[in-house]
Amino acid sequence: MTGADVALSHVSWPLSRRIPWTLVVFLAAACVPFIGSRYDTFLGTQIAIEALFAVSLNLLLGTTGLVSFGHVAYFGIGAYACGILMKTYGVPFWVAFPAAGLAAALGALVFGYFCVRLSKIYFAMLTLAFSQIVWAICFKWNDVTGGDQGLPNIPYPDLDWMVLLPGLGHSSIADRFYLMTLALVALSLAAVWKITRSPFGRMLTSIRDNPERAAFIGLNVRAYELAAFVVAGAFAGLAGALFGIFNRGVFADYVFWAKSAEVMIMTILGGMNYFWGPPVGAFALVWLNQEITSYTEYWPFVLGAILLVLLYVFPGGIVGGVVAGYRYARHRLAAHRA
Amino acid sequence: MAASFLFSQFVGGLTTAMFLFLIASGLSLVFGVMRVINFAHGSFYMLGAYLAWQMVQWLHPSGETFWPAALFAAASVALLGAIIERVLLRFLYGREELYQLLFTYALVLILGDAAKYVWGTGQLSVSRPPILGGSIMLFGATVPLYNLFVMALGLAIAVGGWRMLSGTGAGRMVRAASYDREMLDALGANVGAIYTGMFAVSSFLAGLSGALVTPIVGIVPGMDVEIIVQAFIVVVIGGLGSFWGTFWGSLIYGQVLSFGILIFPGFSLFSVFALMAVILVVRPWGLLGRPIR
Amino acid sequence: MLEVQSLSKAFGGFVAVAGVSLTVETRQIAAVIGPNGAGKSTFFNLITGHLRPDGGRVLLDGRDITGTPPHDICRMGVGRSFQRTNIFSRLSVLENIQAAFIAHRGRGRNFWSRSEAFYRDEAVALLEQIGLAREAHAVAGTLAYGNQKQLELGIALACDPTVLLLDEPTAGMSASETQETMELLRRIAAERGLTLLFTEHDMSVVFGVAEKIAVLHQGKLIAEGTPAEMRADPEVRRVYLGQHA
Repeated sequence: MTGADVALSHVSWPLSRRIPWTLVVFLAAACVPFIGSRYDTFLGTQIAIEALFAVSLNLLLGTTGLVSFGHVAYFGIGAYACGILMKTYGVPFWVAFPAAGLAAALGALVFGYFCVRLSKIYFAMLTLAFSQIVWAICFKWNDVTGGDQGLPNIPYPDLDWMVLLPGLGHSSIADRFYLMTLALVALSLAAVWKITRSPFGRMLTSIRDNPERAAFIGLNVRAYELAAFVVAGAFAGLAGALFGIFNRGVFADYVFWAKSAEVMIMTILGGMNYFWGPPVGAFALVWLNQEITSYTEYWPFVLGAILLVLLYVFPGGIVGGVVAGYRYARHRLAAHRA
Repeated sequence: MAASFLFSQFVGGLTTAMFLFLIASGLSLVFGVMRVINFAHGSFYMLGAYLAWQMVQWLHPSGETFWPAALFAAASVALLGAIIERVLLRFLYGREELYQLLFTYALVLILGDAAKYVWGTGQLSVSRPPILGGSIMLFGATVPLYNLFVMALGLAIAVGGWRMLSGTGAGRMVRAASYDREMLDALGANVGAIYTGMFAVSSFLAGLSGALVTPIVGIVPGMDVEIIVQAFIVVVIGGLGSFWGTFWGSLIYGQVLSFGILIFPGFSLFSVFALMAVILVVRPWGLLGRPIR
Repeated sequence: MLEVQSLSKAFGGFVAVAGVSLTVETRQIAAVIGPNGAGKSTFFNLITGHLRPDGGRVLLDGRDITGTPPHDICRMGVGRSFQRTNIFSRLSVLENIQAAFIAHRGRGRNFWSRSEAFYRDEAVALLEQIGLAREAHAVAGTLAYGNQKQLELGIALACDPTVLLLDEPTAGMSASETQETMELLRRIAAERGLTLLFTEHDMSVVFGVAEKIAVLHQGKLIAEGTPAEMRADPEVRRVYLGQHA
């Protein structure tokens, strides 16, 4: 049992109890439109959305121990649902957004019902198969999804009212959308945090740790796994809805399995045993992607290399590495004093 | 519909099937023995194709150099596979399966871009060896000799491979390893060598099929991903880890592809994954796999 | 009261359990003994729903529970410990017990409260009862083997069982640890009015505690009765006690 496998509850962060780091991070993030460039705001929006997507996957991966290769299906359902409602039917964002989450949850319920009856590799393959079916439907159903042309020009939500807020008088729509995204993502992350710390979350981690024992403390393991699948799908759908708007369009490409692989790598890069792992991974990967693709077209090669380093040197991801380093430092300090 | 047309579709299906079998058998072998789903199997296939092309360029771009080129390619890929297994993959065996999957995916990314770097993004081709350049008439359909060769080779490998697995001592050890690695280890068998050997054999098959496919289909980036998907479906139909399952799965899928396009023009995209989903829902262990329920 | 009628299970050609019948009265302490491979764990797995029997029935207080899924059987009041320690190794000892309480009392549907607060005091009390209170915050996977087995017992107890099935509860323990564990089991069974059924292959362990003993050999029940009767039974002596006689 490596250090990376120990749950977060056993890591004590004495310093963090005095400084509300989460708040600091969000306040800093909120400052980006004011102190950064348009490009920074653009990146920030992307990072926030990917962070939510990755956190939703980690509800399956890190919390429940379900390896899903098809999580992008729900991201895509959310993106298309929100995009279609807003563009084709003129539905306001405040209705389309939760509707997207609901649509994704429904998709997760239908697909998940079949997936949870399988284990491990079969589960993973079926999630992938369903995800590709969703992709094929998006790619072919010209009337509804725009087929291979997709849905370009998704409108921004009506954010004119934000101009009245202090400091935002001269903000661009992209800035205001970024701040709104940040707020929605923060709320969603808070919700997922609550869920993972709740008794329900405890049941999920029990299932991850030892499914056989979990059954024999009275848990209907399949039912709980399905519930986790649906909740994870819902949050993925919300991320997808935001992405469709951010990207100014929804295209079938974004539902392709490579995106499932990408979000999984993000989650593991950050550290799947920690709540903040996936967001850190999202930040790292988006930033790395931007940097590397400006130098070379061989981003896949770099990604593969990063993945190898991750697997062999830092299996606990970035956060896992930091935690291990922190523990080691503390241990050395204690030994020093003794 | 003319009988000769149906027959030529059937033969086409058989050719596809045998090609798929050559590739999928390696995938199935590695899963059966080592419980690893090797996503990079398609990358080995692609490398086999590129290396064969390269060899033909170096030796002499004519028909006679095809055979040594193909063998060279297959052997090189086998060597690469053995090195990867020995140096990298074996350290991941004790860990969660997810890590092994991610490892093979990392290989896909790396090998894919490496091939792109060396050989560019254009389509390459290799001509058929002149001995097999012609075709024969069978039941009114024109059947290229090369395709017949591939079919025969597939069958030979199927029968030969099976006889080796069930008949020889080494084969029995391989099968034992697929059931209980720890037990075999305790009995003193060199499980590590078995694993490396299996991975090398699997890579050889992948590289060989890649090399052999070059005269029929061009060599193009993306062929690694395209083939691994097909190989997956074949293995799922037949049953993960079952040798004959892979064989029958290939035959079935080959015909499904061949005739499916006639029935559904927009066949491949949606139906392929729908087929996979249906099998996983109804009978996940496929035709001949070990029942898991 | 636990009643097993002609339970059978075969794997391929291998018959693991062949028509075993057994009745354990309420509040009785019974033991199933037999050499390794006699079919004891399979027998337990059949009772607790981990395996479907090929034939026979299992009745709990007159209610047919054959083939019921494990989580339902647990809810009906059957607790179980496993031969290979089956605990939540990444959680702390306290969290293990809390999880069992939460699951058993149906609070797993709570999405919003903090799980640490749930049943904390009760969990501590239970740990005290089984002697693990000092290790409450240790990560379960880091515990010594004997302590892990104790935790396993604790988890089973947290599910408020009326019947407790323990698969080789003293496996791998030293003589003194075995004594302690058996003493603990007897005390807890008495305090909680439990019906206890456990498997063992060490005969001496069983004699001091069990009121009824069933002897399995190659999947068949070859003898059943009080410890004294078993000690005297020629068949049992031949098959099993021969090594200890």
